[in-house]
Amino acid sequence: MIRKTVKIKNKLGLHARPASLFVQTTSKFKSSIKVFKDKHEVDGKSIMGLMMLAAGFGTELQILIDGIDENELLTTIENLIERKFDEE
Amino acid sequence: MLFKGISASAGIAIGKAFVIEDEDFCPVKRNIAKDEVKKEVEKFRKAISDTKADFEKIKAAASKHLGKKHIKLFDAYLFIADDPVLKSEVVSKITKELINAEYALYEVIEENAKVFEKIKDEYFRERGKDIYDVGKKIMKHLTGVHKKTLADVKENSIVFADNLTPADTILMKNENVIGFATNQGGKTSHTAIMAQAMEIPAVVGMKDITSNVTHNDIIIIDGNEGVVIVKPDPETLENYHRRLKNYQTEVKELSQFVNVPAVTSDGKKIIVAANIEIPEEVRSVISHGAEGIGLFRTEYLFINRAEFPSEQEQFESYSQVVEKVFPNPVVIRTIDLGGDKLLPYFNINVERNPFMGLRAIRFCLKYPEIFKIQLRAILRASVFGNVKMMYPMISGVDELRAANVILDEVKQELKSKSVQFDENMEVGVMIEIPSAALTVDLLAKDADFLSIGTNDLIQYTLAVDRVNEYVTHLYEPLHLSVIRLLKNIVDAGHKEGKWVSMCGEMAGDPAYTEILLGLGIEHFSMGAASVLRVKKNITKTNFAGAKKITEEILNEASRELLIQKINQRKGH
Repeated sequence: MIRKTVKIKNKLGLHARPASLFVQTTSKFKSSIKVFKDKHEVDGKSIMGLMMLAAGFGTELQILIDGIDENELLTTIENLIERKFDEE
Repeated sequence: MLFKGISASAGIAIGKAFVIEDEDFCPVKRNIAKDEVKKEVEKFRKAISDTKADFEKIKAAASKHLGKKHIKLFDAYLFIADDPVLKSEVVSKITKELINAEYALYEVIEENAKVFEKIKDEYFRERGKDIYDVGKKIMKHLTGVHKKTLADVKENSIVFADNLTPADTILMKNENVIGFATNQGGKTSHTAIMAQAMEIPAVVGMKDITSNVTHNDIIIIDGNEGVVIVKPDPETLENYHRRLKNYQTEVKELSQFVNVPAVTSDGKKIIVAANIEIPEEVRSVISHGAEGIGLFRTEYLFINRAEFPSEQEQFESYSQVVEKVFPNPVVIRTIDLGGDKLLPYFNINVERNPFMGLRAIRFCLKYPEIFKIQLRAILRASVFGNVKMMYPMISGVDELRAANVILDEVKQELKSKSVQFDENMEVGVMIEIPSAALTVDLLAKDADFLSIGTNDLIQYTLAVDRVNEYVTHLYEPLHLSVIRLLKNIVDAGHKEGKWVSMCGEMAGDPAYTEILLGLGIEHFSMGAASVLRVKKNITKTNFAGAKKITEEILNEASRELLIQKINQRKGH
């Protein structure tokens, strides 16, 4: 199990399109992924959940990944966030 | 019964109502037996896969007809329909609470959508609607009740709907639709754009028209007046058949002017251009025989969205218009934002009097970084055709110079990066504030051209808010003060050898063509729908004669006598 804090860097935050990309990525992996914002916890494979976090620019999110491909999933997701979901 | 709305596309049509109902979203709760659980869950899973298949189909059609940009929304819809949390919550409700799939879905959607309602950020809060939209589509498959869709539309139909999105119209049989009427929407809504492209009438923003009309009702839709008549009496119907015929005759007669240059009876060549709000209007500009675009408003890029448009997005949008209109010119107006068009993604204080507040060039001079992005995009687009640019709401020479300083900075920057642009792009000012009209002799020295915005100029000169019903009768384009200001502007511009255009509503009203020609205006710009009527009037007017009338009225103090004189001349 791995835990990591990430910061949303694209201007609009996790709106519909980045959330779609997020889910598209996480769904490809076997590991489970949970995303926390303050006290809220959502499934990282649920677009509905991710959009509900209303994670705007600069929001810090905790990510908890558990499963056989957890390291790869973390790297891929971190990369996606770092690349600002290819938006800018 | 007559209903009024916002006129979104011109024309008159008589046909039958085709009502697209909104899907219901309040199923009946039914308790199920334990051995029914499997069947309900299966039914739900089938509805999910059918919904996904629908979205895939619409997505494919959308990417073919609308381009890749429009398919993002359908991707999000697909992921919502496939959401593991949504699915497991519904399945768990069916299994644990022993209720039917419809009701389980209803509860899950409601619960989740409620969470969105509490979000402070408007953009994220709006996403709750996406959850609802998808929920409704799944429900449609669950209940098996297939409401009418635009794929089934019959001949001679006037389509009624709450609102129409690209997803609704993509599968429509265009040839069967002769008009649109919607509860929601404004002049730039999807319905308006569709209707204009199809050249059929549309009336939008009709509030609850769908609840006042039933399938197959006889309908008259008048897009010129923004009116829909449901089940007209025989007299009205006959009257409208006549109007329709007259309208068709007029359209046919005016169509002769499409390729005719606007030349007065004594041989003076006048330019008649069109105003546009969105790039999609270019088609109509060309089909109406306008000679270029005299006012390209750019606010469409900035409103109804969640962030500022990038330089690249602006550049693509401008250059696309510029290329299509070439070799005719396009006058791009820098943003007139602020005022009543506050952006949800940019925090500026709510103002008590936004029309006289921080808007247009004032906004741009306060936030030069935002302004520069647009200037770069316009300059880059300038090599794709014949581009001119103008600043709105200029109040005097200092503002024009301040804006030009920023423009020069941007030009230097582009040069240093070897980015190409038209170094001789003309830069003009809108004259729409009395202070500019009164110091126009100085403005005309610095500006390459002047463009008169009559809507604001009249409103500010007369201190009349024309949408205020109590004073709207005082909004008089022929007020002597206005006529004198116009004369002052035209003369000052011509004295400096600059061209003077009028792009306000006054330019598009055929009733004023003669007097405007008399004032010396040689460039007109107006909504595409008015172009042919004004062209026709120009060809019938004697330029020298018009000048004489105008001189006569410049000292006519009585508004009544002034209007009488004009009408007499017109009646001659």
